[in-house]
This record gives sequence, structure tokens and C-alpha cells, in this order.
Amino acid sequence: MAEMKKAKLSPEPKGETSPLKKEEKIIEIVGVSKIFDDTAAVDNVSLYVRKGEFITFLGPSGCGKTTTLRMIAGFDIPTSGKILLNGKDITDLPPNKRPVNTVFQRYALFPHYNIYDNVAFGLKLKKIPVTYVNDKGETYTKMQKLTRKEIDEKVKNALAVVDLEGFEKRSVSTLSGGQQQRVAIARAIVNEPEILLLDEPLGALDLKMRKEMQIELKEMHKKLGITFIYVTHDQEEALTMSDTIVVMKDGQIQQIGTPTSIYNEPANAFVANFIGDSNLFNGTMVGAKLVRFCNHNFKCLDDFEKNEKVDVVVRPEDIKMTNADEGMLKGQVISVVFKGVHYEITVKVGKTEVVIQNTESRNVGDTIGLDILPDGIHIMKKAFTENKYDGYITKKNTVVFGDGEFECDVTQLYPGSHLDEEGYLITAEGEQLDLTDTDVKVEVGFQSIEISDNAEEGGAQGHIVSIIYKGDHYQVIVRTEENEEDYVLDTEDLWNENDFVGVKIAPENIRLTLKQEIKQK
Amino acid sequence: MVRKILSVALCVAVLLFIYSPILLLVVYSFTSANVIGKWEGFSFSLYGDLFRNAEIMQILLNTVVLALVAAALSTLLGTAGAIGIFYSKKRVAAPLRGISQIPVINAEIVTAISLALLFSMVAFYRTYFSLVIGHMVLCTPFVVLSVMPKLKQMDPNIYEAALDLGAGPTTALFKVVIPQIFSGITAGFMLSITLSLDDYIVTAFTKPKTFDTISTYVYNAVKNGTNSSTPALRALSALIFVVMIAAVLILNLRVRKHSAKESAK
Amino acid sequence: MTKLHFSRKQLCIPYALFLLLFVVIPMLMILFYAFTGEGADGSLTFTFSNFAKFFTSTAKLSTLLMSFTIAIISTAICLLIAYPLAYVLARSNWKKKNVLLMIFIMPMWINFVLRITALRELLDLIGLLGTQNYLNTIIGMVYDFLPFMILPLYTTLEKLDKSYLEAAADLGGNKFTVFTRVTFPLSMPGVISGITMVFMPSMTNYVVSDTLSNFNITILGKLIDEYFTTYDNWHMGSMISIILLVIIFLTLLATGGFKEDKNNARGANLW
Repeated sequence: MAEMKKAKLSPEPKGETSPLKKEEKIIEIVGVSKIFDDTAAVDNVSLYVRKGEFITFLGPSGCGKTTTLRMIAGFDIPTSGKILLNGKDITDLPPNKRPVNTVFQRYALFPHYNIYDNVAFGLKLKKIPVTYVNDKGETYTKMQKLTRKEIDEKVKNALAVVDLEGFEKRSVSTLSGGQQQRVAIARAIVNEPEILLLDEPLGALDLKMRKEMQIELKEMHKKLGITFIYVTHDQEEALTMSDTIVVMKDGQIQQIGTPTSIYNEPANAFVANFIGDSNLFNGTMVGAKLVRFCNHNFKCLDDFEKNEKVDVVVRPEDIKMTNADEGMLKGQVISVVFKGVHYEITVKVGKTEVVIQNTESRNVGDTIGLDILPDGIHIMKKAFTENKYDGYITKKNTVVFGDGEFECDVTQLYPGSHLDEEGYLITAEGEQLDLTDTDVKVEVGFQSIEISDNAEEGGAQGHIVSIIYKGDHYQVIVRTEENEEDYVLDTEDLWNENDFVGVKIAPENIRLTLKQEIKQK
Repeated sequence: MVRKILSVALCVAVLLFIYSPILLLVVYSFTSANVIGKWEGFSFSLYGDLFRNAEIMQILLNTVVLALVAAALSTLLGTAGAIGIFYSKKRVAAPLRGISQIPVINAEIVTAISLALLFSMVAFYRTYFSLVIGHMVLCTPFVVLSVMPKLKQMDPNIYEAALDLGAGPTTALFKVVIPQIFSGITAGFMLSITLSLDDYIVTAFTKPKTFDTISTYVYNAVKNGTNSSTPALRALSALIFVVMIAAVLILNLRVRKHSAKESAK
Repeated sequence: MTKLHFSRKQLCIPYALFLLLFVVIPMLMILFYAFTGEGADGSLTFTFSNFAKFFTSTAKLSTLLMSFTIAIISTAICLLIAYPLAYVLARSNWKKKNVLLMIFIMPMWINFVLRITALRELLDLIGLLGTQNYLNTIIGMVYDFLPFMILPLYTTLEKLDKSYLEAAADLGGNKFTVFTRVTFPLSMPGVISGITMVFMPSMTNYVVSDTLSNFNITILGKLIDEYFTTYDNWHMGSMISIILLVIIFLTLLATGGFKEDKNNARGANLW
């Protein structure tokens, strides 16, 4: 767990777990950001890729994974930051000068060429140094194109690798999706790149074909021995194929690790939710390796400070069902769904719904007990538990922050103070202060924020950008349009993403602290 | 049944309307009579007159050369323009697309006098240059309109794939992008030729005084009443009708057959 | 970024210059000429007098009104002929209906001056030429622009998803209601496209009116031409052009033609 947290935060992602020598890094991305029309698609990302590994960028659409890949390929140039290939800066190098080849999502085969010409495209453009010896015995080097025979040979080999021998003369449109995908791979690997980039290459294939290709790609990776950088939004695909997974969200890396470590030790609620099915609980540390959630104290393996609020992740398959009175928790089965291999059983424990996967079934309405063993409980520090903003006080003694204006109690800034009739603040010592434009720090708890369909009602307005189910409530993030300020709040109501809502905060729930002493009037 | 008869009747009536003047001219091009309506026996004499009439032959040549020159230049400019617009940011692309629409929507007479104003104020008024420019103003936006959808249809990764495989931007453009949009380019070229051949008003305002195309020549012949005194024009019209109809039919049928074959695969 | 896409973006520079020099500047010159006049000493002065003169001259206003009437009648006739025709063509089960369509829109490819001259010969033969100037002009406009009405109508009607019609019939609509409630509303884009392509040229294409009325009818386009070639008053010619542009603009606004896919414009997809 300890190194896990480090993986998320440290610029050297894998830190102490796998001490690496510099030479082993084939690609190094250092503080790279990419901004499109004022939004950061990739936001200060740093990572490295080891020579020969199969690394996967995983995340939902719009998380920046494809942009990161495109910057490695050279199709997009970072707004800031550096990309190093074998230690050399290639940030601004055009794609045709990089020893990197790409397999595109929708193949991007050239429709006006046949299979042979598609695969040979790169070879025909390539020039290699050939060394000659002249009459005087001096050697000299000339850049030369490959001969027809060499190209034929290489194309034939590449097509053999992807099992398409004899397809040379076929036209692209006569191939199935899977075959086109193979041609796309052959067209890339025939150039013997140091790195093969794959941008959701299996996204357009049907499930069965996708499974087959996953295995083949993995074998190809072994056989070719080159580095694969793979982009996908399919967590199962990532878990199956990768040596290393980089989980991304909103342009930032959430976690880097092996498939096992990412599955078992998700770094935060987002990763837990995204990788595999999971139950997320709000918990509190109540002692050494003891966490409380669902009104029960559980032994666990992770240690945090006592009384710290934490997110608890429990995989559905890690929850055991027992007789009603023997379990740590007790609840009523509210739904049972057969999923082919297992049943998915939803149990209501108090106010919280718990999802269980088991090969055994139960009947709806049954009261059952639940056990969770320490190694099934994954605890993560809460990303943050309060909204914090910088704000200032207005003439009307309201406070402006987070793209909004709210009623507040300014007397809390000075203990024992009160407001006079003109709106000036009278301190306990009787001094009169004008608070207009005073800079303040603002803190608002998750529970203190209400949202309303009537956007005008709120002190600020924004769209709901994220909803995460936390067992007994939803954690909603409202983002304003102007400066993209976020309001994180807990609510029991189910909202929809993209709803435009007003943010309401009661004056007593806005905690203000002075940034600095203000001048006297 | 009644509907079917009505449908066929409608089709036949419209076809009669469209083709009777053309047919009339074609039929009367095979008689030597000066005026239509008087049949003076079958003869090729008008065609003989036509081919011996150096003035008309020159005008025919003028028209065709002008169309080819204007269409070629428009295609070059418009194709480059479409590619440029397509890959430009919206800030640049949107105004260019907007301005492109002006000659398309505008009345030809307004386009014509605007160019006349420009050239008479600056230079090259009523020169071959102003004439070609005039035709290019008419044609180029249509080339852009023909090429643009092909660019949109193209898989955006294809250009990147070429770069990825080692091609420089220029190589990628010619080896990958141009072949992909080629059907749009040829369509733009053909359309330009059609528009140029068809034009009267812009030609009338930009052409050199002594230069004539078929359009201006025939219009002036009608205006000056010399139309019927040159019956050879009847043969010219008939010839153009037949040649154009044949060309359009052959080209279109071939294209359709080809695309049918493609889709059958 | 700049390095990579430079060469492709750059390709629009010649076209941008071309548009600026030969479209934007000439249009601005019209605007300039429309609001200036020549003083006694030949100097140019800013004036609204051209505008005032146009709207106080009965002759010019009646030309405008007459052009408008001719254009409306021609457009209406085109629509009345083209709609049922396009409907019949689009609905026909004949495999080669494309070829059939070709035959109907063929005139688009043939020089219109020659076609109008041919029509003139026919009208002469049946005795209309010289006696029925207005009728001839309208026949000519319809003759010239009918294909431009047929093509967009056919395209929209042909693309019309038949399941809408089946759904409407399934929901109890008879043939008439299916047409008025479903087919016609869905074909509106084609109707609008056709109207914009016929209406405006019908007001301005003076070759048609000249040829078929023996130069007896002056439509708005001809008026502009006359101010440039006959009266040599470019300021007034420019003002009339501006008025014409306003009419075009309003027509497009009224029909929602701006939203239209201009690919249909004047048969941009002819080939």
C-alpha cells in the first residue's frame, strides 16, 4: 500500500518497487501537458516505459490516453513538457522521423492500395546506410533505398507473422475487420519499429474476434520482443494483456502498476470503480488496522491514522455469504441476477447496498449474513474531504468564490465581533473594519452543499461532471463553466451527469479564515 | 392503374417540353432553309457552312480553351483551398467557407459587375486575364464544394498513418490524401468545365472586346438580329446538343456502372 | 503542432488571397459605388441619392415588382411541375431510375444560351414570339431552371426513409394524410433548396427575357446591366445590385436557405 500511494504521487512512478537503470527506459515522458482550446487533455503527466514491456494506458474516453499516445507518435506536440526516446529529446520530432509505428483504431489502411502496397508503404520510403569499399580500399556509406527483393522478402515475412500469407494482391475492401486489423499490424511491424503503438486496435472487432486477437497480440509481443504501448478503455483487455497498466482520468495519471496490484490495491475510488466491479464504502479508521464501515468494525491490512476518514473498496467476490446471524453484517437480499458463471446478489445492509458475486444463489427476500476477510478490504485515503477555495468578501458582506457568490457570516473572521448598521465589522476590541475585498480561505464540507434543479436558486451554477456511488450515497461533482471550479458534495438523491444545477450552501456552513490581517479603517 | 397512367403522362409531357426545342433544332439542322419551319429537303449543307466558317470555329475553340484553362486553374486552386480549409482551425476555416459561398449564392450579374468595377479601377479590364479570373470566381467555390465532402469522408488517421510510416508531409499528401479525394477533384473539374461553357453574364462583363465565346456570340446574334442570317449556328447548336447529351450519358453511365461494381464487392 | 500541419494549412493561402482580391474587394467596391456619386467636378462624394432615386422612380419600382412577379410565377410553376415529377421518379421501382433522372436534368449540362435560342425558334414557330412577351419569359425561365428544381427534390425524396411512410400508414394515415403530414414536411429541405435555386436567377437572368421577349422586357438583372453598359451610371447600377443582394438575403432568411446544405447549390453534385 505504501508504495502504491507513492506510485500515484511521485514523478518516478514505480519508485522503489522496481529500481531501474536509466538505460532501460525507452520512453520517458516528463511533465507533459497538452491543451486543446483551453482544456487540458493531458495535464502534467510523467511516466516512463521500459524497453520490451507491454504497457497499457487505460481510462474512460476523454481521459487523455489517446492524446498521450499521439504525442509519443508525434501526431500531437505537447503544449509543455518533454518526451525522451532512449534519453534523447524527441518532443518536436515529426512522426516520420521517429522509430515508432502506430496501429490505428480504425486501421487507417490506404484504400487505394492493395495489401502488398499497404505493407510495403513504409519500406519503399525507407533509406538505409549501405557501406561500400571503393577502388582505393576506402570505405564510404551511402543512403540507399531497399531493393525490390528486400521489400518483397520483408512484406512476406510480416504477412506471415499476422497469418495472412498470400493476401498480397487482395484489395483492402475485400478483407474482414479482423483481417484488416492484421494488415494494419503487419504494415507497422514490417518497419521494425522500436516501439509499436496501438490505439484501441481491437475496438471495432466483435467480442469473439477481440478475445482471439488479444492472445495473438500478446504472443506477437513475445515473439517480436519490442515495446508495445497499448491504449484501451476496456479494463479486462488491459488486465489480460499488460505488464504495466497506467490508469488515467481527466488527463492525469491515477495509478501505475501491474495488473494484479491495480486490481487488488486500487489507489483511489476512481480506479477501484473503473477496474472491475467493486463496493465502495465510507469508512473511518477506529484503531490499528481496524476500519469501521456499515456500522461494523473490520480488521484490515492497511494502517492509517486513527479517526481518519477513508474510502473502503471491497470486491464483490471477496464477500462471503453466511447464515443470517453468523456474519459480520446482516442484510436482506433484494436482487439476484445470473451472470453466466456466477450470480450477482445485491444485499441491503442498513441503508447501504452491497453487491456480491458468488457461484451459489440466494432467494430474494432472504436474510443473510456477510463476512469480509481482512485481505478483501482495500483502504484508500480519501482524496479530500472538504471543498477549499480562495475567495473575497464583497461590499454586501457576501463571499465570492468558486465562480459564485454566497451569503455568509463574516463575523466568524474575528471572534466576538459583530456588524454595525452600515455593514462595517466591529471587532471585540471595538475597532471598525471595512471587509470589502478582503481575501479569505473558504472551506465547505461535502455534506453542507445542496444542489437544486433551479440553477438560479444557487449561489453558483454548474454542470454535474461526475457521480460516484458510495454505497449509501452519491458523491457528485458540480463543475462551473467559467473557471471550472468544482463543488464536491454528498447526496442521497440520484442526479444525472450533465445536469445543470444551482449550488446552495447555508451561510452557517461556509467556514471562512483570513488570508492575512486586513488594514484598519 | 390510373396513377400509373398519370405518372407516365406527366413524364412524357415534361420530356416533350424539355426536348422539343432541341429536337426541332436538330431536325432543321439537316435542311438548308434559312428559317425554321420551312423544310427544303434533307441536306448537310449547314454543317458544311459551319465547318467552313472560320469565325465560328475560332469561337468554338475560344470557348473550349477558356473552359479548360479556367477549369484547370480552378481545380488546382480549389483543391488546395479545400485541403487548407479542412486542416485549418475553425477561426480560419469558417470565414473562408462563408466567403466561398458568396459567388455561389450571388446573382451572376452582381458577380459580373463587381469584377468589372475591380478591373476597370485597377488594371487588366477586359483582358484575357480578367476573363479567366471571372470564370475562376464562378468555378473555384464549386471545386471546394466537391472536394470538401471527400476530405470529410476520409479517415483522418490515413494521413497520420503515412507520416507514421515515414512519409514526409508532401509525400503523404500526394501519395495518400490526393488519391483519396481524387473523385471529388475530377467532379470539381468537370463541374468547372460545365459552368464555364454555360456562362454568359460574367463573360460579357470581363471578356476582351474582340473575344467571343459561343454564349456571347449567339446572344449578340439574337440581339443584332443576325441570328437567322447565320443558319450555320443551328448546326452548331444541334451538334453541341448531341455531343453533350452523348458525353453526359456515357460518363454518367460509366461512373454508375463502376460504383455499382464497387458496391457489389 | 505548427511544424507538422504547416504545409497542409498553408494550402489555403492562395485561395484565401483569391477570395479576398476577387470576391471580397469587388463586393466592397459595389458597396462603395452604391453610396457615392459624381459631383459636378467629377469628384466622388458620399450620398444616399441613388437609394432615394431608386425608391422614388416609378419605372424602377415597377421593374422590381415585375421581376418579382415573373420570378414568383416561374418558381411556382417549376415547383408544380417538378414536385410530382420528382415524386414519381423517386418512388418508381424501376432499377435504372438514375438514368431516368439523368434524362430529365440533362439540360443542366448544355449551354443555356443555346437552349434558350432553340426555345425561341420553337416559340417563333408556334407564333408566340413577339406577341406574348411575358408568357414567353416565364416559359423560358421555367425551361431554363426546371432541372435545378427537379434535382434537389428528387434527392430529398429519394433519401426519404420509407419506414416513416410505413409508420404513418401503420398508424392509420391514408395516402393523402401520409403525404401531407409526413412526405411533404420531410421533403421541405428539397423544396427550399429548389426555390432558392430558381427564384433568384429568375429575377436576374436577363438573357432569357431578352431572347424571348425580343428585348422588350427589362427585369432587375437587365436593369443593372443597362446602368453599366447603356447609361454608364455605375453608381446607380451598384445601388440596384445592393438592393438585389438584400432581396437575395431576405429570401434566404425567409426560406431558411442558410441552413441548407449548399452542396445542392446549382447542382454541385452533378458529376
